[in-house]
Amino acid sequence: MPSSVPSSRRPGPPAESVAERLAIRFVLNGKPVEARVEPRRTLLWVLREEFDLVGAKEGCGVGECGACTVLLDGEAVNACLVLAGKVDGRTVTTVEGLGGPEALHPLQQWFIRKHAVQCGYCTPGMLLSAAALLRRNPDPTREEIREALAGNLCRCTGYVQIVEAVRAAAREMAGR
Amino acid sequence: MAEKTFRVVGTSVTRKDAPLKARGEALYADDIRLPLMLHARVKRADVGHARILRIDTSKAEALPGVKAVVVGEEAPIPYGIVPQMPTEYALAYKKVRYHGEPVAAVAAVDPDTAEKALDLIEVEYEPLPVYTDPKEAMAPDAVKIHEESPFPANIAYQAEQEFGDVDRAFAESHYVLEKTFRTSYVNHAFLEPHSAVAKFDTNGELTIWSGTQVPHYLHRTLSKVLEMPMQKIHVKVPKVGGGFGGKGEVSNNELIAALLARKAGRPVKLTYSRKEVFLQHRGRHPIEIRMKIGVDRDGYIQALEYDGTMDGGAYGGWGVVILFYTAAMLHLPYKVKNVRFRGRRVYTNKPTCGAMRGLGGVQPRFAMESLLDQIAIDLGMSPYEIKKKNAIDQTHETVSGVYVRHSEYKQCIDKVVENSGYLEKHRKLPFGRGVGLAGGYYISGTAYTLYMSYKPHSTATVRVDTEAGVTVYCGATDIGQGSDMVLGMMAAEKLGLPFDQIHVVSGDTTLAPFDLGSFASRVTVAAGTAVCQACDRVLEKIFSVAAVQLGCRAQQLAVADGEIYSVFEPHKKRMGFWEAVERYIDANGPLVASGEFTPPRRTGKFKGANIGHSPTYGFTAQVAEVEVDTETGEIRVVNYWEAGDCGQAINPQSVEGQVEGSIVMGMGQALFEQVRVAEDGRLLNPNLHDYKVPTAADLPQIRTHIVDSYDPDSPFGAKESGEGPIQPVIPAILNAIYDAIGVRFTEMPVTPEKVLEALERRKSERS
Repeated sequence: MPSSVPSSRRPGPPAESVAERLAIRFVLNGKPVEARVEPRRTLLWVLREEFDLVGAKEGCGVGECGACTVLLDGEAVNACLVLAGKVDGRTVTTVEGLGGPEALHPLQQWFIRKHAVQCGYCTPGMLLSAAALLRRNPDPTREEIREALAGNLCRCTGYVQIVEAVRAAAREMAGR
Repeated sequence: MAEKTFRVVGTSVTRKDAPLKARGEALYADDIRLPLMLHARVKRADVGHARILRIDTSKAEALPGVKAVVVGEEAPIPYGIVPQMPTEYALAYKKVRYHGEPVAAVAAVDPDTAEKALDLIEVEYEPLPVYTDPKEAMAPDAVKIHEESPFPANIAYQAEQEFGDVDRAFAESHYVLEKTFRTSYVNHAFLEPHSAVAKFDTNGELTIWSGTQVPHYLHRTLSKVLEMPMQKIHVKVPKVGGGFGGKGEVSNNELIAALLARKAGRPVKLTYSRKEVFLQHRGRHPIEIRMKIGVDRDGYIQALEYDGTMDGGAYGGWGVVILFYTAAMLHLPYKVKNVRFRGRRVYTNKPTCGAMRGLGGVQPRFAMESLLDQIAIDLGMSPYEIKKKNAIDQTHETVSGVYVRHSEYKQCIDKVVENSGYLEKHRKLPFGRGVGLAGGYYISGTAYTLYMSYKPHSTATVRVDTEAGVTVYCGATDIGQGSDMVLGMMAAEKLGLPFDQIHVVSGDTTLAPFDLGSFASRVTVAAGTAVCQACDRVLEKIFSVAAVQLGCRAQQLAVADGEIYSVFEPHKKRMGFWEAVERYIDANGPLVASGEFTPPRRTGKFKGANIGHSPTYGFTAQVAEVEVDTETGEIRVVNYWEAGDCGQAINPQSVEGQVEGSIVMGMGQALFEQVRVAEDGRLLNPNLHDYKVPTAADLPQIRTHIVDSYDPDSPFGAKESGEGPIQPVIPAILNAIYDAIGVRFTEMPVTPEKVLEALERRKSERS
């Protein structure tokens, strides 16, 4: 293993339980990483507990609210439903890695500008569902946006400003 | 009237917390990790109503990794948001009153160990009859859920109010209509579950981070339940993932985290699961309402009678206050001269109901707007006409003594009818499609506080410093609605500085001065006034120095765009704001001033007379257009129009967000949402799969409109916009359903099954 690969922040588990742990290597927000976790752990747990990435939120823990949505190989998934082992060898993008180090992603910028952020608890998941949509459909209609975001609950905004933000970001990204 | 040409107010600045939230940087309570922090889990009762005979926690305590276990006996002091009527305990004490009530809690090195320990706790119960229906609970021989309650059976509180000569007015009415309405048991379903982190330090001081709407009530309750002085407690509110009233009173996770932290000597985090959010509840009261309205030949309301039985759930919560709000809400936004109110709140063995967005208003509004709609149709009149005729004028005093200093309600009705084309559509659309009109209003804060203190309801301190910049300290809490932004915008406007230069420190009982909290749509007017006053006092100090420098009277000075200038010679006599600040501080030291707000106090000589008064009121009128699929029974809200009077919008985009959020939340209650309860008191759908809230896919085309309005006695003319807009949503949609298929639904949610059943019944009645 190359020494430059960052590993999770936790010290290794006690010797007797090592066998129960699973070594996973994946690309997280553009960088190769590895972690040793119990097989029952979810991707959400790995992100929050092993890598201190708390942008993905737990709103229900069973895939009903979408607050933990991240991108797995570019597709939006509920991180609370993905077992850690499934991530091995794949690519994960969280809200922390959505924009570049310098600038925010156009979706983030338009969420801010269009007032699509109120309490913010759904925002990271909402952004990543929108990012997955724009990846496969750069010019979505309002209806397509509404369908794509239907797995992400928001109780503050009534969704209107979120849908507008996604449309504006799509236009900007397409250079329209 | 104040100057209405603003530089910051009325613009849609972006919120300073939005970039942090959009980047995953914003911290909520569950994101906080402290060294040596323990994780707590709660053992919950598997009975709906019982006496606790024995709790044995010894096996749990012996489990390696468990650091503390607490039970109700360790905190036997009752508390409640209504301090005169404390009914609750941190953990069930002697009795369990609802299925899922906390009976013990464990703090352990990790959540799994804590979870494992719960199974080792043994509890022995003596079961009691479980009441899930207020009617059963009110039976004279029902076992009392709260033995000490002074009212018969399980009535928690009851009251009557009468104004005018109701019986005579009904007798003289041209037309009287009476119907019974039933509202549903709904939860706020905010996205962030309750979470608190508690830590005691070596000096015995407690710091708690919690996503609460009411840090100061939490402060006081912790002091009471943990029996420690308030000065040793520090409440800090991180980002809050939505509240809608559900975090508007102390939640037992906050008390349990603190109790465990004290016992374990280590920090403790207690975050609730989604199911536990449903158990903590505090959602909207289901009410069975019998309402009767009498009108004269022209449709003017002569009399109104209300009888309401509220299902309160297991504990007091905000209950008695909400009971009186249902009474107060009958008097507006229409002129009603003769009113009779009879209401009661009943204890049942269910999770406790409480404050939910627009509390006390939504249920009577549903009944009243539905009845007026039907009365108009029965009289061959447009519902628009009856509502416009009865709408209050720009100022109004109700028979109950409530004074409305500013209303643009009539403008709201006209505007929404115009924008929606209501008159061209009502009763004219093809079968299966219809429009419905409804109106509403809400308070902008209360005139009376439960805090049991005479101090101002809101206070703020503003510090202007050449190094630290401008900081507004205010106890008002941003729960996601954007109050930090509103207060920052007001300070920026007052001080003539750009919005992004203002820092706001809120939701911290140690750093920020007192504020009652974020509820009752009170923050913009109350905390806003306090911030404005603090800014005025800061300016007074700066102007005194600048006046000497400029050689003019301080009263001639004004500030804008970072410059202080004489209003008479703006080009000749002016200096930089920061230069003046520096001179002030060089001569006097810190530049700090505070402001406060106490609402005008109004009351009356009847029970509940304190409730309903507010400095000012927001109004709204709405039209829903629905499509009913007569094959599947499915209802789709296709279009939605709103026209609202929130005074001067401080941030129009933010107001739109409040209105759109309210409409979609109201639509959820109208069509989908209902917590279902089994006979033993167990919740049947405490999850977001079976408890359906609206998704983006359900979103109608929404068009909102802010009517031209300015309340001259409010800070920058502003009024509330967060709770008024949810008031008419349910009746607007149900009135539209009536227009679409001719069925008057008096119960919510209006599910496809109910639609098909009603259509079937109609068909068989006709044949």
